[in-house]
Amino acid sequence: MKKIYDSPAAALDGLLFDGMFIAAGGFGLCGIPELLLDAIKQAGTKDLTFASNNAGVDDFGIGILLQTRQVKKMISSYVGENAEFMRQYLSGELELEFNPQGTLAERMRAGGCGIPGFYTKTGVGTVIAEGKEHKDFNGETYIMEEGIFADLSIVKAWKADETGNLLFRKTARNFNPPAAMCGKVCIAEVEEIVPTGSIDPDLIHLPGIYVHRIIQGEHEKRIEQRTTRKREDA
Amino acid sequence: MWDRNQMAARAAQELEDGWYVNLGIGIPTLVANYVGDKDITLQSENGMLGMGPFPFEGEEDPDLINAGKQTITEMDRTAYFDSATSFGMIRGGKIAAAILGAMEVAENGDLANWMIPGKLVKGMGGAMDLVAGVGRVIVVMDHTNKHGESKLLKACTLPLTGQAVVDRIITNLGVLDVVEGGLKIVECAEGVTEDELRAATEATIV
Repeated sequence: MKKIYDSPAAALDGLLFDGMFIAAGGFGLCGIPELLLDAIKQAGTKDLTFASNNAGVDDFGIGILLQTRQVKKMISSYVGENAEFMRQYLSGELELEFNPQGTLAERMRAGGCGIPGFYTKTGVGTVIAEGKEHKDFNGETYIMEEGIFADLSIVKAWKADETGNLLFRKTARNFNPPAAMCGKVCIAEVEEIVPTGSIDPDLIHLPGIYVHRIIQGEHEKRIEQRTTRKREDA
Repeated sequence: MWDRNQMAARAAQELEDGWYVNLGIGIPTLVANYVGDKDITLQSENGMLGMGPFPFEGEEDPDLINAGKQTITEMDRTAYFDSATSFGMIRGGKIAAAILGAMEVAENGDLANWMIPGKLVKGMGGAMDLVAGVGRVIVVMDHTNKHGESKLLKACTLPLTGQAVVDRIITNLGVLDVVEGGLKIVECAEGVTEDELRAATEATIV
């Protein structure tokens, strides 16, 4: 079965529908599926729910889908970098469900592993715990969180082989593996597709079983906070 | 009274050789400058152990950032992993300590540092996971807010980040531990008397 597609639009063909639930990889602007987000914008799919740690900035990442009002709801841990997001949220146009970052990552991982719920101490005694099942284990209280099962996963990797085995690069890995695991279908956009067999099987970060469609493309890879030190400080 | 750097230096004394540690944004970030000869590995919760300093100009890598989204560098010991693994080590108690800032701390160890009702809410990020999961939670903050009111309270007024999670508080006025019944003064900052520390604190001091 051929997994490689010619373009982001071709890879998304037949998968998009209004009101769908998408899990997206990335942390800030690092390791985000920028090509697929752009193609979803072009497709005009509406009323989207996104599970994504962040919401991009106004003109990059999920922010571009906020500008076109394609997003109905965000499930995120931190959304502070996006003025349009805040405007839509405060005016009631956009739903927002805050998840603690580790809870969000584990909800994705759990969904991908067929685990519908799990218990965590994170958020006990806070607004996050309101309305959730509480249970004691060994004298400590935990709350139940649910696994995420998305209609579609969109992720960014560094390299893929032709069977979808993925390699990520540095901290651009972040939410991409758990996001990839929790969707019914996963599309990975990569910087380079390499011949099957050219990646050492011991070094593969995410096995191709989780990846159904692959596209290769040029990535802008924008930096959100450029911080440096002077050479004389060394 | 201690300044920001002195508070960071005092917080660095809390860290023990061999520890894996997570540092928050602000004064906690400065703690890295004062660890001296101790073998400390810094975790960045977006998926990295062994966080190095900022890169030299021209060597920034968009694929290498910290949890504050700043460009950083790797070290010989660096390991990368995904977010679920990263918070697995946090939730699993593998990270020995987190040093973080706060808006309010209560005498029972409740911590509020993510949300002011009526103001712009950006999200808790990884703060709730960190305070619930790591071995020791050390708060570094100013003792009073900009109106001169104590940030060490009998009970938090802001929405909580975690319930009874704080172990030790380092402020510009001194060091206090959360103990049975309230806060216990561990030491006073240079030039601060115990009476001054008590007078600036709303929380019960035992």
